[in-house]
Amino acid sequence: MTTAPTPVPAPAAVDNNGGAGTPGTAPASQAAPTATRRGRRSGNRAWLGALPLMVFFAIGFGLPAIAIAIGAFTTSSDAPGGGGTFTLSNLTSSLHGAYFTALLGSVKLSALTALIGTVVGLPLAQAVATSRFRMVREAVLSGSGVLANFGGVPLAFMFVATLGNAGEVTTSLGLKKYGWSLYTFDGLAVVYLYFLIPLMIITITPALEGLRVQWREAAANNGATNFQYWRYVALPVLLPSLLGGYVLLFGASFAAYATAEAMVGSSIPLISMQIGDALSGNVLVGQGNLALALGLDMIVVAGLVMAVYLPLQRRSAKWLS
Amino acid sequence: MSRLRMGRGLVLLVCGIYFAVPMCASLLFSIDDYHGGYTFHAYTELLSAPGFLDSLYLSLELAAATVAVLLLVLVPALLAARLGAPKLRPVVEVMCSLPLVVPVVALTTGIVGVLRWGPDYFANSPFFQTFVAIQNPNFPVVLLIAYVLMALPFAYRALDGGLRGVDVATLVEAARNCGASYPRAVISVVLPNLRSALLSASVLTVALVLGEFTTASILGFQPFSVWINTYGKTDGQMSVAVSMISLMVVWIVLLLMSALGSGRRKSARS
Repeated sequence: MTTAPTPVPAPAAVDNNGGAGTPGTAPASQAAPTATRRGRRSGNRAWLGALPLMVFFAIGFGLPAIAIAIGAFTTSSDAPGGGGTFTLSNLTSSLHGAYFTALLGSVKLSALTALIGTVVGLPLAQAVATSRFRMVREAVLSGSGVLANFGGVPLAFMFVATLGNAGEVTTSLGLKKYGWSLYTFDGLAVVYLYFLIPLMIITITPALEGLRVQWREAAANNGATNFQYWRYVALPVLLPSLLGGYVLLFGASFAAYATAEAMVGSSIPLISMQIGDALSGNVLVGQGNLALALGLDMIVVAGLVMAVYLPLQRRSAKWLS
Repeated sequence: MSRLRMGRGLVLLVCGIYFAVPMCASLLFSIDDYHGGYTFHAYTELLSAPGFLDSLYLSLELAAATVAVLLLVLVPALLAARLGAPKLRPVVEVMCSLPLVVPVVALTTGIVGVLRWGPDYFANSPFFQTFVAIQNPNFPVVLLIAYVLMALPFAYRALDGGLRGVDVATLVEAARNCGASYPRAVISVVLPNLRSALLSASVLTVALVLGEFTTASILGFQPFSVWINTYGKTDGQMSVAVSMISLMVVWIVLLLMSALGSGRRKSARS
């Protein structure tokens, strides 16, 4: 997920988000009479056009999904009793011991970094959105676009060069004396925030720009203090967007693999590291399908995250129009 | 009010430092010669580093192939959904959004699971050769499939945005009335109108493929990002130099895209 491009606040992206509620209805309604006039034949031909995508999807997505669904519930081929028999032991052992610790570690890291990202990102985005200088605004937004898309191995190396054991900042400030180490849970959190905070800024800025000046003025006319305005007007309006942003950050940091792998390997218990280890054959004999069960665990968590995110995104779109 | 303004300046300053320090420190690290001077050997010797060109070549090849397959698969489906079958649209949308839900690591476990079927179930059938062929380290087709899948949501979003600004149904109807065949109408009327959307989908895909690490590393192939990781363990300075370059590349890619976006907006307005 770290290397996955996120929408940039370029005019094009804003266009797409701004019209999220209604887009496409116009062309569709124009196309509808044509479709009915031509009748069935053109409809069938249209499905033919989508055939390549469907075939590809069945192979690229369907087969791995089936492999996980079957593999997670059967014994692997190197098991003593032969492969292919139904079992729940993969799933139960993926939720016990070191693997459970790793799952908890991932959830903890994601929850913490997403929380910090949200809490830091909001005032920062507000400071940027209300800045009088157009230049500052545009520079921060495009910079955020770059950093939110920057991740993976290069990010890890940059931080090793900065805060690692021989890093420039570590040596020049003598941070080791204070017990600093990049290769810990906290170190990883600092690295993740480097792309999570910018991600929060580009996610929440459209919502902040949707706050009308009139609301603030109306609150002020009724004698509300600045705090009261935020407590009773702005935050309730922003809440769906904020929660949605939090969930998005959680998902991004939960799915991240490359940065942690390049920086700390599996010395920090994270579910993605454990899966990588298990896939490279780093498990006991007969537990080859354990990795598939771990993958299933991860998909379930990510699916829950999406199930929360999508309705929130729809709700917050209401205020952006 | 002035107190507020100072607070805002302070917030921006602190965060500016947090984001600028790693970049400056990395730049310093990559040119430090540890005798108090500076050297640019990490940048100049990059080309002759073992495996650098091979892995870069593999990544570029994969990127080009991914873009080609992605567009060939996605564009007909999107056009078909616009032109003929409105019922198709939700189906396409779901297919293009599902890959976002599945973390890449989890997708990779599924791929490994499928690849294991080869020796497990098809060892004695002619089908087995297919499993060998798609894992050819010189051009791993299995990575290509994975990358097309990963790029699907982003390319879909870019192309769908582009299609919104174009009335495809009318364009095709007009071309057909002028006697053009269906393929001709699509190729010489619809696609030129989608140029910037096609370009931005391609650029996003290239950026994604060049940076992808998870799947390639777990499956044991060595495109560029995996090479950086392996080689970085032996030459720290060079790996940081490459990281700085890749930050530059992301920056250029995004600049390019926002330029394309504003170009599209201008043409839509006129």
